[in-house]
Amino acid sequence: MSKPRTYQTEAIIIKKTKLGEADRILTLYTPHLGKIQAVAKGVRRPKSKLSGHLELLTHSLISLARGRNLDTVTSSQTISSFLPLKSDLWLTSCALYVTELVNQFTVDHIENYPLFQVLQETMEELCRTDNRELILHYFELHLLNEVGYRPQLQQCVACQTLLEPTTNSFCPGSGGMLCPNCHHSQPFSYPLSVNAQKVLRLLQNSDYNTASRLKIDAKLSRELEKVIGNYLKYLLEREVKSAAWLDTLREETRAITSD
Amino acid sequence: MNHGFVPTTNAIDKLVQEFNKLPGIGPKSAQRLAFHLLRAPEEQVEILAEAILTLKQKITLCSVCLNVTESDPCSLCRNDQRDRSAVCIVEQPQDILALEHTGIYKGLYHVLHGAISPTEGMGADDIRIKELISRLQDGRVKEIILATNPTLEGEQTALYLNHLISPLNIKVTRLARGLPFGTELEYADDITLTRAIEGRQEF
Ligand SMILES: [Zn+2]
Ligand SMILES: [Zn+2]
Repeated sequence: MSKPRTYQTEAIIIKKTKLGEADRILTLYTPHLGKIQAVAKGVRRPKSKLSGHLELLTHSLISLARGRNLDTVTSSQTISSFLPLKSDLWLTSCALYVTELVNQFTVDHIENYPLFQVLQETMEELCRTDNRELILHYFELHLLNEVGYRPQLQQCVACQTLLEPTTNSFCPGSGGMLCPNCHHSQPFSYPLSVNAQKVLRLLQNSDYNTASRLKIDAKLSRELEKVIGNYLKYLLEREVKSAAWLDTLREETRAITSD
Repeated sequence: MNHGFVPTTNAIDKLVQEFNKLPGIGPKSAQRLAFHLLRAPEEQVEILAEAILTLKQKITLCSVCLNVTESDPCSLCRNDQRDRSAVCIVEQPQDILALEHTGIYKGLYHVLHGAISPTEGMGADDIRIKELISRLQDGRVKEIILATNPTLEGEQTALYLNHLISPLNIKVTRLARGLPFGTELEYADDITLTRAIEGRQEF
């Protein structure tokens, strides 16, 4: 039996690349088809009927026609444009960071419905939340849960003993925490405060409703940024490009508020 | 279908390869152009070759607005009739041509040569923002018109520039974003419609 020539799917547009004069290649994250690439013809022309429904960071219902190499978008209707986040510099940057991570941690055509849900929930929360750093860390930990890199935060990854409420170390190479007795055996590990460990565990295991009640001060936020950032970089073996931009914005904001 | 080209010294193949690198020129068109030139009169080919060389030798960027120009400053920046209190920010030199074609804008320009695109590794330092900010220091500019593209990258660039420029006591405006002429309402997306409603004007 041959597959039907056309099909329809929901998708969040996570990447776009220019193709030729007026076309784009889109990277779509879908609930049941995983990540797919598709050609959108003519979307860079001003009169394109599709372009607004296929902009980055948009949740759309998309019809596609199968092609020899890439499938082609035949129609698209916006489900959610996530408008509030697109009118805010910091939130747009956060959403780009989120979609870049989804793109980098996935391969084409592997269904991962829980990951789609995390992505969708994060985009929706970005439109609502005023807890801007926390939602990012919530996303990062839930992404790691869904792509198989959930860090071990309850017990020492070397000796398996339950961690005491003291400064333990995070070791990206071992994918989890090391107790004070074991951390000397691993050269690349970072000490983590008791509070940072608590926040990480809570973010890892709770829904956003619960997580959003956490209050995090600037010092703790920087600690979390560093440990999660290093772990992601270790797993991907490269820099997350949009993370550098988030850092630029963070520094500018900190410079203004400390004036 | 991908016609992979093997590097060769053959003159035709070399020209085909070079044409193939140009935007919008596929292998078939590249071949057609090469054979067209082969049959064309010698002087026509010479004029074309010279025009291409001149492009690189004579064209520089205007030291004021970063537009492409043969003389520095460019003709727009030298023109006394232009309003020096307004600067319109565009992503690329071609955008100036489009805006000038309308004949309605009388101020000056600034070309960013790109837009902020974090996932492509394009940050604020990779486009010409520093030049703009130093241009605004003497207090002569009273209005900045943000004319970056209505794409996610263009919007982000506009938001970032607004965040940098508004503390300088300069009025910042953005080109109206609404329905493009000749389109039908039913095909418009939510963002375009929302902005068209917000930006409605008395008839
Ligand atoms: Zn241990
Ligand atoms: Zn100029």
